[in-house]
This record gives sequence, structure tokens and C-alpha cells, in this order.
Amino acid sequence: MDATANLPPQTRGLTVTARRAAETLAISLGSVALSALLFSVFLLLLGKSPVQFFQLVWTGGFGSAFSIQNTLQRSAPIILTALAFAIPAIIGLTMIGAEGALVLGGFVAAITALPLIAAGAPPLVLLPLAAAAAMVTGAALIMLVGWLRHARSVNETISSLLLTYIAIATMNFFVEGIFRDPASANKPSTMPWGKENMVGAIPGTDVHWGLVAGAVLAVALWLLMSRTTFGFAARVTGGNPRAARAQGLPVGSIILTCTALSGACAGLAGFFEVAAIHGQANASLVAGYGFTGILVSFLARQNPLAIVPIAIVFGAIEASGGLIQRRMGLPDATSALLQGLIFVMLLASDALYGRLPLFREREGA
Amino acid sequence: MMPEAALQTVLIAMLGGAIRVSTPYLFVALGETITEKSGRINLGLEGNLVLGAMVAYALSFHTGLPWLGVAGAFAAGLVLGLLHGTICSLPKVNDIAVGIALMSFGIGIAFFFGKPYIQPQAPRLEGLALGEWSSNPALRQALQINPLFFLGLVIAVALWWALANTRPGLILRMTGDSEPSARAMGVNPVRVRILATVLGGGLAGIGGSFLSLSYPGSWNEGLSSGQGLMAVALVIFARWNPLRCVWAALLFGAAGALGPALQSVGISQGYYFFNAAPYILTLFIMVASARSGVAAHAAPGELSIVK
Repeated sequence: MDATANLPPQTRGLTVTARRAAETLAISLGSVALSALLFSVFLLLLGKSPVQFFQLVWTGGFGSAFSIQNTLQRSAPIILTALAFAIPAIIGLTMIGAEGALVLGGFVAAITALPLIAAGAPPLVLLPLAAAAAMVTGAALIMLVGWLRHARSVNETISSLLLTYIAIATMNFFVEGIFRDPASANKPSTMPWGKENMVGAIPGTDVHWGLVAGAVLAVALWLLMSRTTFGFAARVTGGNPRAARAQGLPVGSIILTCTALSGACAGLAGFFEVAAIHGQANASLVAGYGFTGILVSFLARQNPLAIVPIAIVFGAIEASGGLIQRRMGLPDATSALLQGLIFVMLLASDALYGRLPLFREREGA
Repeated sequence: MMPEAALQTVLIAMLGGAIRVSTPYLFVALGETITEKSGRINLGLEGNLVLGAMVAYALSFHTGLPWLGVAGAFAAGLVLGLLHGTICSLPKVNDIAVGIALMSFGIGIAFFFGKPYIQPQAPRLEGLALGEWSSNPALRQALQINPLFFLGLVIAVALWWALANTRPGLILRMTGDSEPSARAMGVNPVRVRILATVLGGGLAGIGGSFLSLSYPGSWNEGLSSGQGLMAVALVIFARWNPLRCVWAALLFGAAGALGPALQSVGISQGYYFFNAAPYILTLFIMVASARSGVAAHAAPGELSIVK
């Protein structure tokens, strides 16, 4: 007989939660360890030292103040795009359009700021306006997908993928056309903002404010989705839309709200890419953050709080890429390969949930 | 240049360009059709495409035999397809996320091992000169058609015929339409789906070999512009019909070829809009057909994206 059976129900509930958490942690860490093992075998076959490799990942990701900042810098857009996937996923929508919302949001931010800069608006005025423009643009794009899903039964996965391509083409059309900076010869770009108009670093660091925005939004969205009536209605909708409708829940407005939040997160990621990194909009915005975000959100099991540490780990793998390339003579695609391997293993490990005897619900528990 | 002459130049460049640009589209669309007919979706064909392009180029460089490169690309695509098919057969695994993860994995391998092949020149697949009868050099150039395009046409017709008339075709369609009836007939749906995903992945690999061995005809990391990701849209556009895949690929190809064709007469702006045209059109088709009985009839019933 399980010892917890005699405890009051509340404590029993706690142990069930704890067991679930332990299961998640064990399966995730096990998959990461297995990926690391496979990758070590791969490196050994190439005649490289796995020990040196993982030491360099640590050094390049977390070894010094510089590398930690580099890691955090890279994880900022991933946090935001992962949130953009997680919120619609909670209501049961597989939305893969964050890349498009990021690109279009970044572009709209870049051109919104230009007339304001020309008019002499201070950064404190123009940056919030540009950020708002980016968020509204991203929200509109993803809301369109949500509306098509709700009102026209158009599959949201495919339509958001199509809209991503349409968004990228739209940016290219304008960046190569009327908004092109004549000085940008090789890489068509919009007019640069100038350093003085861009988002600065968090005082005492080199990390831009996008990280703070990502972390704050992660906490806020976690509170919204798990601690409010709206969040409860959203989770019911995700669990069973027909039952939600039968209960009189406003499914349509829940979908529109969640897709708006999703698009706003991705658009904000685009704003920070422009306002803190590039200072203008160009093809560099199409960097695949939207797709990395999808995988990070899956690994976090759509939990906004878990997204932050996972995004930081993947930011660290990316940040260490340069060091590995220089010290070990491995191609820069090495970190992408390791990331891909971890993603594949973690997704495959979903099959293990509820099957490990150690974490199974026991009789009477 | 006279307007008529300019129009002729654009049209000829479009014809050649449409055939060239459409070939990888055709292969990924046919591959995705086979996979989706079995009731599974593979969003990661972009990885097969890029890996196929790298393997084909490397093999052609080392052996001097471009066709061996095509075979190698097919094999690489089969392996990635096998990974996708097997992992998605595990319980509770999300096929869309696995597709995206395998896409980044496939691209990662291709870039990792492809680094040394960015500079060297590998033997390319020569096109068939079908325009010898014409005295117009532009037309002759446009009719330099790669044999892979014809291979794609042959596969499309064969697949269309086999789906309607053969036992494996029937089993594939049945598995995609209704898993319970497949089981009742003694068919193992898991095995059918794995095989369909493997084969579909292999075809996407061949599409990649066209990119590196014919057009653009070299290996580099910016080679693919997302043709593999668009496979899903192409198949919806083609309504899961292999013959219509040919038209869909040609249409997407023509839209992609319009930019360079306009550039040849000095129009260098605005064509990005035409690049987006097929995606806008696909979206309209989805909206128009989402609730109609036609779509419900054409789409495999077990497919997660139409449920």
C-alpha cells in the first residue's frame, strides 16, 4: 500500500503534481543526455573530443560575463516567439506564423519610426510608438488566421505558414521598393534609425531590453492562462471546443484574444530585432526565430514560465557556436545540428509519458 | 526595346523559368502527396530538399557522376523520411513539431558536411536540348529542359494511375481515409504510413538534387528558398491529386520565374509581389473550399490538418 494513501486529499494532490513534475524533468533530462551521448559518438567518429566540445558550449554560453550576455541576447527573441506559439496552443491551435508576424512587425516598426525621427521625436516617444505598431501588426496577422479558423474553418497551421511567406514577400517588396535606403547596395534595407534612436542596453550590461520584455510577458501570460477566469475558459476551449461552446463560453472572442496576444509577442520580437540589433529592416529579420520558438514552446509543454529557461539554454548553444568554430575547426552549423538533434529526441520522448513504471499512478494513491 | 519584343522575351524567359523553378516543387509536392494520402503530414520536406541538394553535389563532385548524386539524394531523403515516419508512429508525438525539428536537423547535417563543397565545381546534370529546331537563341535556352523534369512528370502520371488502379494504391488511400477500415481489411496502418513517409521523403531528396545539380546548379547555404516548406500548400492547391501537382508546381514555378524574366527586360522592382501570388491564391482556395463538400471529398480523412 502506498504511504500517501492515508494522507489528507490535498497532500495527495500535491504528490501527484510532484510526481508529474518529476516525470517531466526525468524524461526531458534523459532525452537531453541521450542527445549529448549520440552527439559525442558523432564527434568521436569525426576524431574530435566531445569533452572539449561540451566544455566550449559551457564556456561560450555561460563561462564569462560576456558569454552570458551573448546567450541572454540571443534568447530574447526565442522567448517571445515561443510565447507566440504557446498561447494559441493552449486553446488547441497549432499556429506556425510567428516568423511572419516577427518579420512584418519589425518592418512596420522600422518604417513607423522614420517620419518620427525626421520630425525630431525623442526616443522615449518614438520607441513606444514603434513597438505598438509592431505589436498591432503582428496581432492583426495572427488574428486573421484565428478568425479564418473560427469563422471559415480554415486550417490554422497551413494558413499561418502561407501568411508567413506572404509577410516576408511583403517586406521584401517594400524594402526593395519605396522604402529602400539608396545607400544599401548589397542588402536592400530601410533607412537606418541611427544609434541614438535605438533601444539601449539594460544598465550595467550589454543585453537589450527585449530580454526583460520577454521575461515579464512570460510571467504575465502564465498568470493570465493559469490563474484567471479567462485562462480557465481558454484551457477548457483547448481541451474540448464543443463542450466549451455548449457551456456558453465565448469561443470566438477567446480565439481572437489569444491570437492577438500571440501575434503581439511575435511582433514585439520583430520590434526588438529592429530597434536593438539591426536599426533598420532587411532580410536579416528572416532568421528562423519563429521556428525555433515553436520547438522551444513544445519542449516547455506550452508553459510560459518554462519557456524562459529553455530558450536560454538554446540561446547558449547558439552563442557558443563561434567559439566552437574557432577552437575546434568545426563548421558553424555544428550548433544547429546539436539543436536539431535535441529537438528531435525531446519530441520523440513524448511517447514515454505515462509509460515509465517509476512515475505511474499507483493503486490507492 | 519594342514592347512586343519585350513581351516575347518575358514570355520565353517565363516558359523556361517556370519549368526550371517548378521541378523541385514538383518533387516535393508528389512526395508530400504520397505521405498525406496515407493520413500523415510531413512539414519537414525542406530538410530533405536541402540535404538531398548537398549529398547530390558532394557525390557528383567525388565521382563525376551526377546521376549517382541523384540516387544519393534519393537515399538521403529516404533516411530522413524513415526517421519522420518512425518517430511519428510513436504514441502522443506531434507530427507537425517533429516535421519542423527534422527540418532543422536535416538542414544542420547538410550545412555541417556541406562546408567543403561550397567552393568546388561539381559536374552538373545536363539539360536536353529540345529547342534545336528554333533559330531563336532565347527559346533554345528556355527549352534546355532537365531530364529530372520529365522524371517528375513520369512519376506524377504513374502515381496518379497507381493510386486509382493498383492494390498498393488502394491500401494507401484506404489508410489515409479511414484507419478502422484499413485495420478491418488486415492492413497495418503504421507500416503503410511509415512506407509512405519514407517514399515521400526520397522524392523530396531528388527535388533537392535538381537545385544543386541543375538550377541554380551549385551548392551553398542559401540554395533553397523554402520550396520544401511550401510542399504542404502545393498539395492543398493540387487537392491531393498527382496530376494536379504538375499544374500547381508549374504555376508556383511561373510565379517564381516572373521576377528574373522581368529583370531580363530591365524591370527590377515589384516582382516580390508576384512571388507571393501563389501563396495568396492558395489561401483564397482554402478559404473558398474550407466548408464545401468538394474539399472534404478530396482530403484524406485521417489527415490531422483537415480534421
